[in-house]
Amino acid sequence: MNTVLLIARRELGAYLRTMSGYIIIAVLLFLDGLAFNAFAVAGTAKKSSEVLGDPLGFFFWTSGIGMAVAIFLSMRLIAEERQTGTLQLLYSSPVHDREIVLGKYLASLGFLCIFLFATGYMPLLVAIYGKVSLGHVLSGYLGLVLVGSASIAIGIFGSALTKSQVVAAISSGVMSVALTMCWILAKVVDRPFTDVITGLAWYGHFDPFAHGLVHLKHVVYFGLVTFVALFAATRVLEARRWR
Amino acid sequence: MITVDGLSKYYGEHAAIKALSFTITSGEVVGFLGLNGAGKTTTLKVLGCVLLPTSGRVIVDGFDVTRDPHEIRKRIGYLPDTPPVYDEMSVGEYLAFVARLRGVADANVANFVADAEKKTAITDKHDDVISSLSHGYRQRVGLAQALVHKPKLLILDEPTGGLDPVQIVEMREVIKGLKGEHTVLVSSHILGEISQVCDRYLVIQGGELIAQGTETELSAKLGSGGPIEIDCIGAAGPVIELLKKVDGVNDITLVKLDGQNLSLHVDAKNDVRPQLVKALVQADIAVLRVDRAAHRLENIFLKLTHGKDA
Repeated sequence: MNTVLLIARRELGAYLRTMSGYIIIAVLLFLDGLAFNAFAVAGTAKKSSEVLGDPLGFFFWTSGIGMAVAIFLSMRLIAEERQTGTLQLLYSSPVHDREIVLGKYLASLGFLCIFLFATGYMPLLVAIYGKVSLGHVLSGYLGLVLVGSASIAIGIFGSALTKSQVVAAISSGVMSVALTMCWILAKVVDRPFTDVITGLAWYGHFDPFAHGLVHLKHVVYFGLVTFVALFAATRVLEARRWR
Repeated sequence: MITVDGLSKYYGEHAAIKALSFTITSGEVVGFLGLNGAGKTTTLKVLGCVLLPTSGRVIVDGFDVTRDPHEIRKRIGYLPDTPPVYDEMSVGEYLAFVARLRGVADANVANFVADAEKKTAITDKHDDVISSLSHGYRQRVGLAQALVHKPKLLILDEPTGGLDPVQIVEMREVIKGLKGEHTVLVSSHILGEISQVCDRYLVIQGGELIAQGTETELSAKLGSGGPIEIDCIGAAGPVIELLKKVDGVNDITLVKLDGQNLSLHVDAKNDVRPQLVKALVQADIAVLRVDRAAHRLENIFLKLTHGKDA
């Protein structure tokens, strides 16, 4: 565990010392603010819970933008190490591949939480001008962290597949969007595939969080996506030693 | 310290190393020589547990690279051909990170880092951010990370690559300073860069070991052939006539003429350097240099890899 934390601390330090992490967060925070202003609070008078939980509400937009932040943060994690040769430092040290993956995952998740924390002013504004349940906000943020966690794990898997950060971002973006949007596919296929594909789509698993509901099955879903993607990334790193 | 037995490594259909076998004993400084693409880096990556072999056995300090890579990684320091440094960190932070990564206890980290910085002469760069360092210093930081945890075995892949002549001399001195404390395996394709550092050489070509031994042993294996090089001051004609009269001399070639400065290649069956020098001195001709090309490592290397003299 010490090794995982050591790698996580170094990685988090890399985010905090370079401009890339701040730029990603600043740009996407700006876009999140615009979306909040243009869609969540715009139009006719709404209940506070609708501003937060509706399909075009705060949590909906922030989950999508959080996913983008996660992909941009994680695209460099392993691809850059391969490109600069520093992966050989980790490979030749007494470190397990799973520790490398887990350390990088924790660092990215930590930095993503900074982004999510910075979005807190929007529910705060809703709370000032309306009435918001703390439980609703905490449930929504738990959903955002889980979506971010799964996106980062997929991003690390994409980053492990290639030396190019751009290719890593595109491939993990495609995987994340496919998981998000596969409920559309569910509409055009027959049973039993409809149920399977609907079960895979992560929008359906996030929506309850946005409405202030926490179900264990949805937490398990995001946990499982995270685990499978991190496991796959670890296996890719292990396989590279045989190439 | 290292036993390699029938090591092969394939990248798809391409064999980077074919049935390589050698041993290295504790405390030796061994040069690993070969042209670009000969399989040096792949071999060192296997020894450094970065890559796994396709077949064969590799034992480092009693542990097998495929069964106990973790144990081996605790005992080695590996410097790849590009120093594996994190640009945004300072030298001190980076070395402390690597030391902890390799299991150095927190209480000892500062001492180990200071020691590595001292050995590689980068103490004054402790607080500098790595991105601000020159290539030579980055290479030294790379070497410092390899030895910061005081490993038994140091694997250095082209540590002098891309350095200027002054930096090469400095790096050579640093590696010389490691003798005795570590077993060192150092690779290069430029022989002059490591010829003064190593006890023994392994020569690899096309993924196969084609020769091994000390400089003298390699030279002896190739026989005594090869021209004797002479630089002297005198008139070309009389000097060549004089040297032709020496017993054992077959032919003389004037390689360079610069005023009275001559460079000659003497083709002789035996080592007639003493007789040549005696003849020149008796004729009052100033001798600037006498050398046997076949005895120089570059020539041995070229003979081994290309079958010709330098």
